[in-house]
Amino acid sequence: MEAVAFYIIAAIAVFGALLMITRRNPLAGAFSLVVSLIALAGIYAMLRAELIFILQILVYAGAIMVLVIFTIMLLNLREEELEEPPAGKIKTLIILAAVAFGCYGIIKVLSGAPDEVPRVPENFGSVEKVGELMLTSYLYPFEIISVVLLVAIVGVVLLAKKVI
Amino acid sequence: MERLADYIVYNLPFLQQIPRVIVDLIIMLFFATCMLLFWVALFAGITSWVERRVAGRIQSRIGPNRVGPQGFLQWIADGLKCFLKEDFVPAAADKKLFLLAPYIVFAGMFAVFVVVPFGDGLIISNLNIGIFYVLAISSLVVVGILMSGWSSNNKWSLLGGMRSAAQIVSYEIPVSLAILPVILLTGSLGMQDIIRAQGPYPWQWFAFHNPFTFIAFFIFFIGALAEGNRTPFDIPEAESELVAGYNTEYSGMRFVFFFFAEWANLYIIAALTVTLFLGGWNTPAHLYTNLFGLLHRSVDVAGTFVFILKSLFLVFVIIWIRWTLPRLRVDQMMDVCWKYFVPFSFANIVGTIIWMVLADAAPVLGYVRYILFVVGLMVPLAIAMKITRNFRLAKSEIHLNPFI
Amino acid sequence: MITLDHYLYLSAILFFIGVFGVLFRRNLIVILMSIELMLNAVNLSFIAFSRYTASMDGHVFAFFVMAVAAAEAGIGLAILVMLFRNRRTVQADDLTLMRD
Repeated sequence: MEAVAFYIIAAIAVFGALLMITRRNPLAGAFSLVVSLIALAGIYAMLRAELIFILQILVYAGAIMVLVIFTIMLLNLREEELEEPPAGKIKTLIILAAVAFGCYGIIKVLSGAPDEVPRVPENFGSVEKVGELMLTSYLYPFEIISVVLLVAIVGVVLLAKKVI
Repeated sequence: MERLADYIVYNLPFLQQIPRVIVDLIIMLFFATCMLLFWVALFAGITSWVERRVAGRIQSRIGPNRVGPQGFLQWIADGLKCFLKEDFVPAAADKKLFLLAPYIVFAGMFAVFVVVPFGDGLIISNLNIGIFYVLAISSLVVVGILMSGWSSNNKWSLLGGMRSAAQIVSYEIPVSLAILPVILLTGSLGMQDIIRAQGPYPWQWFAFHNPFTFIAFFIFFIGALAEGNRTPFDIPEAESELVAGYNTEYSGMRFVFFFFAEWANLYIIAALTVTLFLGGWNTPAHLYTNLFGLLHRSVDVAGTFVFILKSLFLVFVIIWIRWTLPRLRVDQMMDVCWKYFVPFSFANIVGTIIWMVLADAAPVLGYVRYILFVVGLMVPLAIAMKITRNFRLAKSEIHLNPFI
Repeated sequence: MITLDHYLYLSAILFFIGVFGVLFRRNLIVILMSIELMLNAVNLSFIAFSRYTASMDGHVFAFFVMAVAAAEAGIGLAILVMLFRNRRTVQADDLTLMRD
C-alpha cells in the first residue's frame, strides 16, 4: 500500500518537474511546478515530517510559487522558442548524473542508514520536537537565518523600488 | 475519526475481510461527501439566499421572494439554472488551466473543513498542527485564483486575479501573526486544544484575555475578511470596475464552484474566529446537562449548538459589513495591511509574551479580562444606540418587518 | 517495501531535471524555478535520511534550506523585475553586455 502511494506521488512529482522544464510558456511551467511541489509535500508526509510537510505547502506552493507566478504575470512574458540542446552539454550532463548517482551510493554507505524503516516515537517531526531542536542545538544557524531573511527583505525593497 | 472507523469495522463483520486501508478510505470518502452535501452545500446555498435578502432589506428593497416561501428556495433554482447552462470556454483561453482552476479554488477551501471543529469530539481530524494546516491549505486558493485570472485571457480577469493574489499574500502575514498570541497562550496548535484553553463565559475567551489579544482579534477578523475577498476588501471582484474579476469568463457549474467556495469561506472565517477568540464550543456544563438530559453526551449537543450559533452570527455580521461599508482603493488596502496591521501584530506578539511573564508574577492582571469584556460590550451597545437613533430619525420610511 | 534508495533516487531524478532546466532553458524565470526544484530535491534527501536514521536534524536543515530558498526567490525575482525594466527582456542570451 505504501509502495503504491509512493510510486503514484513520485510519478506526479517527476511529471510536474518534467512539464516545468519543457513547457514553452513559463506560466504553464510554474503551475506544473506547483503540482510537483505539492506532491513532494505528500512524500514528506509519508516520511513523518509533519512540520516540513506544512511548511512545504505554506512556503513553496503558497508563497514562493505565487511570487513567481505573480512576477510572470506582471512582466507579461510571451511564449518562447525552445531550442535544441547542444550535444556537448548533454554529454556533460550524463557524466554529471552518473557521478552524482554514484555519490548517492557512497553517501548512503557512509551514513550507515539501515534499509528497514526504524521505529520512531509518535511525535517524530512534530512542531514541538523540531522547534526544540532548532532553539537548542541549532540556535546560531537559526539566528543567522533570521538575519538572512531580513537582509533579503531590505534588498528586495531596495532593488524593486523605482525611486528611493 | 480513527475510533469511528474501528467502531464501524467492529460492528459490521463483513468489512473485516476487506483490507483495512480500503475501508478507511471509503469511510473517509463517505464522510467527506456527507460534509459536502449536508453542510457545505446547504450552508453555501442558504447563505446566498440570506445574503440577498439581508442586502435587500439594507438597501430598502425586497430581494428574492418568488421561489418558495419568502423566496427561500431561490438557491435551489439558481443552482439548477447553473447546472443546465452551457459550460462555456472562451476561444482564446488556455483550455486546460481554465477548466482546472475552479476545482483548485474549491479544493483549497474545502480541505480546510478537515480541521474545522463542530463540537467536543466533533471534528473530522484533530491534527496537532490544526491552525497551521488551515494557513497552509488556504494559501493554495491563490494559485487557483491566479490560474483562473490568467487562463481566461481577459483583461478584467487578469487584473482581478493579480489584485486578489497581492491581497491574499499580503494579508496572510497579519492574519498569521494575529494567531500567534493565541498559540502562545495555548501552547498548542490543535484546534480542540485552543478551544479547551478558553472557557464558556465571555471573559474567559481569548478575545478578552488581555489587551493584546483584544487587538489581535480585530486584526484577525478584518484580515480574514480581506483574505476571503469580502467587502470592504473585495477589489478583486469589484463589480463597478472589473465586471466580476477573476471569474468573469466562467459560466455554468464552474461559476457555481467559485461561489460555492466563496460562501463556504464565509463559514470558515466565522468558525475560525469563534475557535480562536470567541470560546468555541465551551458551554457551562451544569447549565445544559439538565436541558439535554435525554441525550447521552449532553454537553456535546449544547456545545455544537452554541458553536454553530456563534459562527452563524459572525456570518451575519460579515454580510452586514458587506452591505454597509464602501470598497477600499487598492493603495488604501495595502496601506492598511503593511503600515498598520503588520506592525501592530508584531507588537501584539511581544506584548503577549511580556503579559504572560507579568501575569505569572502579578495574578492581579487576571482581572483585566473583565474590564476588556466591558469595553468589548460597549461596541455592540454603541452600534445598537446608533441604529435606534437612525430608526427614530427616519421612522416613517422604514419597514421593520423582513417578510414582505 | 520502500527503502531509502527509492527516496534518494527520486531526489536525484528531480535534481537532474532541475540541472537540465538550468542548462538548457534561456528564460531566467524558468532557470530560477529549476533552482527551486533542485533545492527541493536536496530537501527530500534530508528528510529521507532523517527518517531512516531516526533523528530530526534533517528537518531543521530542510527548514533552513526553505528559508534560504524564500530569500533567494525574493531577491532573484526583484533582480528580474529590475532587468526587465531596464532591458525589456528576461532571456539569459540577451544579457551578455559584460561579455561582449
